[in-house]
Amino acid sequence: MLGHEFMRNALIAGTFVGVACGLVGYFVVLRAQVFAADALGHVAFTGALAAAAAGFDIRVGLFLATIAAALALGGLGDRARADDVVIGSLFAWTLGLGVLFLSIFTTRSSAGNGTAGVRVLFGSILGLSRHDVETTAALALLASIVLLVLARPLLFASVDPLVAAARGVPVRLLGLAFLALLGLVAAQAIQAVGALLLLGLIAAPAGAAHRFTTSPYRGLTFSLGFSVGSVWIGLMLSYLIPTLPPSTMIVSVATAVYALSLTRWRGRSRRRPARATPASATR
Amino acid sequence: MLAYPFMVNALEAGTTVAIMAGVAGWFMTLRRQTFAGHTLSLIAFPGAAAAALAGLPAAVGYFGFCGIGALALGRIAGSTQGHASESAATGTLQAFALALGFLFVSLYHGILSGLDSLLFGTFLGITRGQVVALVAVAAVTVALTGLAARPLLFASVDPEVARGGGVPVTALGFGFLLLLGLAVAETSQITGALLVFALLVTPAATAHELTSRPWLGIALSVALALAVTWLGLILAYYSIYPVGFYITSLSFGGYVLVRVGRATVRRRVARPSFETAH
Repeated sequence: MLGHEFMRNALIAGTFVGVACGLVGYFVVLRAQVFAADALGHVAFTGALAAAAAGFDIRVGLFLATIAAALALGGLGDRARADDVVIGSLFAWTLGLGVLFLSIFTTRSSAGNGTAGVRVLFGSILGLSRHDVETTAALALLASIVLLVLARPLLFASVDPLVAAARGVPVRLLGLAFLALLGLVAAQAIQAVGALLLLGLIAAPAGAAHRFTTSPYRGLTFSLGFSVGSVWIGLMLSYLIPTLPPSTMIVSVATAVYALSLTRWRGRSRRRPARATPASATR
Repeated sequence: MLAYPFMVNALEAGTTVAIMAGVAGWFMTLRRQTFAGHTLSLIAFPGAAAAALAGLPAAVGYFGFCGIGALALGRIAGSTQGHASESAATGTLQAFALALGFLFVSLYHGILSGLDSLLFGTFLGITRGQVVALVAVAAVTVALTGLAARPLLFASVDPEVARGGGVPVTALGFGFLLLLGLAVAETSQITGALLVFALLVTPAATAHELTSRPWLGIALSVALALAVTWLGLILAYYSIYPVGFYITSLSFGGYVLVRVGRATVRRRVARPSFETAH
């Protein structure tokens, strides 16, 4: 399996994407911002198609759109936690824009490049080049480091914003910074799993981690492990069974981990079940 | 414009969908179930793809998957405590449903043309039979919502007190999600899985900004959805761009206008209270 260049690229990029998604996802679930993450995925679709319609590199559109939308969401909502009606209205509109760009793009390039929409929606991890992998890895690493530096004040601000604000933590600024970071992670995760399946890597591993433990640093580790494990197992499965698309398999494994966490969790008395998940079994 | 049968069909279907979405969307926004509604509308996509793969009529897939999705969402809402774990579970369900949809489509090999119309709909290719079916489903949905409106309103605004007053809050929650699933399944056959949401959430959100009185709010929500759909269809008829773009842009424009207008009015009145400060 590792003899193929595209498989090595996919594994390296997938690992970095998994790390970043697992870390950022933990806070997304903690702050109950899964819907915002979902909206960013859809915004990214529009951004990528806008770039495609204008003839730019798709990635420029991805990053610009997600980060701009993250800041807009933070600005529109109260205390940089956008409420769900604002998010819903905003991204219903961006989807409409996405349709417009899709129609412009497909009418302009009638032959050949008609798959861009599908690639953005459902990912193309097996089609990444060496250069793509390096950019993805660098950005994911950057996002993860920034997040770890911010982790302590962000945890405080997420769990109890009022007390944190009283102690001098810049809650609003942290919220905005976090959304921008989420936008960055979303944009590069989309290259791996696609705009529509992004939530599978952000919500499922982190949701499972939150059910296994309430301790934040252990939770972050779990979330990271689950999400990287899902990427690896998903890629292997889709390599072994070529009819199954890799993004589907990655999300399915992540969903299976989450489903397991629902059944294994029986109150606080039991210690964390180390053997519980396929993700931890492979490492 | 009205000389073309396809345009008449589109206008009639659009009117029906707008009324249904206006009513269901108002309750959805009130109950803060926007995320659940969005997930339901996306579940329609694997439904249609599975039906195509199995050789069944698309409607079977839409209704089957949306029904299952509504039951699953109802269980999620009932079993988990706290907003955080509920949204994580909903998000996981949504991603998994979409992953399944992509799997079905790629197994079916009909990828490109089929995928776009499943996700973004075919507003201008509606047949007479679809319009009739749409009207029937909409009549059922709106009638059931109307019958349950008072207890549903009570249960949405203050679940604790409603439960104390003998209102079956949990059953109503399930019932509402099923109704929403029905509405979404029917709507997404026309507008596509991704654009149902524009008609469900934005007109309702605008109505909630304008008034907090229930009946007036529902009427406003329906009126806005109707206006947006008609205008969008007419604009799309006279231009080359897709109807989904016009409908979403018009409704979002209305929402932004109302919010900005309210903010300026509030600043001018300048009540001396702390709540308006943010």
